[in-house]
Amino acid sequence: MAIATTSSTSTRRARGGPVRAHKLLQLNWFGGLAGWIWLAIVVIPLYWIVVTSFKDQSDYFTQNPFALPSAPTSENYKLVIQSDFPRYFINSVIVTLGTIIPAVGISFMAAYAIIRGAGSKFLAGVNGLFLMGLAIPLQATIIPVYLLIIKMHLYDSLLALILPSVAFSIPLSVLVLSNFIRDVPKELFESMRVDGATEWGMLRTLAFPLTRPALVTVSIYNGLAVWNGFLLPLILTQSPDKRTLPLALWTFQGQYSVNVPAVLASVVLTTLPIVILYAVSRRQLLSGLTAGFSR
Amino acid sequence: MTVTAPPVVPATGRNVSSGAGGSRVGRSGPVAWMVLPALVLFVVFGVVPLIGVVVLSFTQWDGLGPIHANGFANWRSVLSDPQTWHSVLVTFEIMILSWAVQTPMSLLLGTFLAGRQRYRAFLAVLYFIPLLLSSAAIAITYKALLDPNFGLGAGLHIGFLTQDWLGKSNLAIAVVIFIVSWQFIPFHSLIYQGGVRQIPTTMYEAASIDGAGRIRQFFSITVPQLKYTIITSSTLMVVGSLTFFDLIFVLTAGGPGDATRVLALDMYKRGFMSNQMGPASVIASIIVLLGLVLALLLRRLGGSTTASQQEGA
Repeated sequence: MAIATTSSTSTRRARGGPVRAHKLLQLNWFGGLAGWIWLAIVVIPLYWIVVTSFKDQSDYFTQNPFALPSAPTSENYKLVIQSDFPRYFINSVIVTLGTIIPAVGISFMAAYAIIRGAGSKFLAGVNGLFLMGLAIPLQATIIPVYLLIIKMHLYDSLLALILPSVAFSIPLSVLVLSNFIRDVPKELFESMRVDGATEWGMLRTLAFPLTRPALVTVSIYNGLAVWNGFLLPLILTQSPDKRTLPLALWTFQGQYSVNVPAVLASVVLTTLPIVILYAVSRRQLLSGLTAGFSR
Repeated sequence: MTVTAPPVVPATGRNVSSGAGGSRVGRSGPVAWMVLPALVLFVVFGVVPLIGVVVLSFTQWDGLGPIHANGFANWRSVLSDPQTWHSVLVTFEIMILSWAVQTPMSLLLGTFLAGRQRYRAFLAVLYFIPLLLSSAAIAITYKALLDPNFGLGAGLHIGFLTQDWLGKSNLAIAVVIFIVSWQFIPFHSLIYQGGVRQIPTTMYEAASIDGAGRIRQFFSITVPQLKYTIITSSTLMVVGSLTFFDLIFVLTAGGPGDATRVLALDMYKRGFMSNQMGPASVIASIIVLLGLVLALLLRRLGGSTTASQQEGA
């Protein structure tokens, strides 16, 4: 178990001499060129989605695809919002929050136990089990999950989406969170113990505040996966009023296949909340992701 | 796992805890229960279905009625079905080609983004946006963009773009690989960015004193130093590509013909469209097996000492 050593040296390295390394990297013109080309590849379709969503049908069929709409219209958005869109939106919010709050909570407790109880064979085994979950595409287990959900009489309910989502998010959450809890100095735990703190108390008052950045990262990461999830809603629900946004988008596309601007307006509307969330928590998310994966 | 702590600390730790009345057992005892909620959920919805999928592969079930055991019949029929091998082939084709496109590009972008100018931070913001869109949304968008009659090519009068992108086998696979790269290169370049920032500066200084140019430095320092990052990223790509479902399902539904029918889609079609859960479970078992084998293989590549470091993989 060389994780602790390697991770501590790598953080030391990172704090080491970043300044001069990046002077050396400034000359990376080839990477720079690739960077700007990639920017175009990323931005052009995004621009097209937004511009087209404000066009009416005739503009869409006749205009240059990248031209701004000759008469910008919000009709497409009205059409989408007047459909059952709000219902699907609320479903997605329920499923996403209903997943990440318990998922992050129990993963945090598990990560805390795995780090604090190091040396216990039981906990090492559990950790190994979670890590195995990372290597296995859990979506492949959807058929037994479907059977299980039917047997639990949860088929076609939002809870049917929440329970497997929580389970599927545990491996990665435990991994990232335990990486962070490991960095909390042992001395802090010991001095709290002298003061008579329980493990539960230490988890709440010591580990929780110190790992908050990782908790946010893991929440966003899982939230993103659940918000955008398609397979579980497709298989575990049936009624239109249980649809979540990605599934609604798909059916919407079937209904309005000719009305591409309206379909794209619904794409914008499903993505907007996430983009706003990203704009707010970007720094946090990016630094958490790079730290969580590159060690 | 206690290596991080200086050697003195465990000693004092033991003294303190025995002073406070806790023994070694007491140390892990009250902690262990905290793992239970996660363990129970993971076992019920992860481990049990994992075993379940193998069990179901030996049964006959239409998804609604009773389940009957039928031995190796599903395995025999699925393994002798050319469709299966076609799906395996398509899966590997998409996996390998998308890896080959994404890795060099992510490596290059990640190295570039590791610099600290402000405009690079700005680029990183925009790069990340595709990752925020659902695969369903992305597939719908590209379907419209690539429409031969009303899409990009027709609107811009560019002949090359007006091809029937999703109607020809090779083109459809190329489109899938392009979209996958569009969606995930940003993510992997962030992983590489983190990795590059951890390479000690002194290595580059020494190399430039020895007269190594930038390209030489990239191949002799950056790439070898990123070995573990490359393995982490590749594992995520490879295992992730086994689960490409929503993108392909919405974009091509496996077509044209069966040109983009990857294993995950094959499983869905057999199970939930043809109501043959047994054969579908065989396909699912193959996906699980492939995921495990590929992850272990990649971990092996990292060497035995790095196995624990690569727990991130």
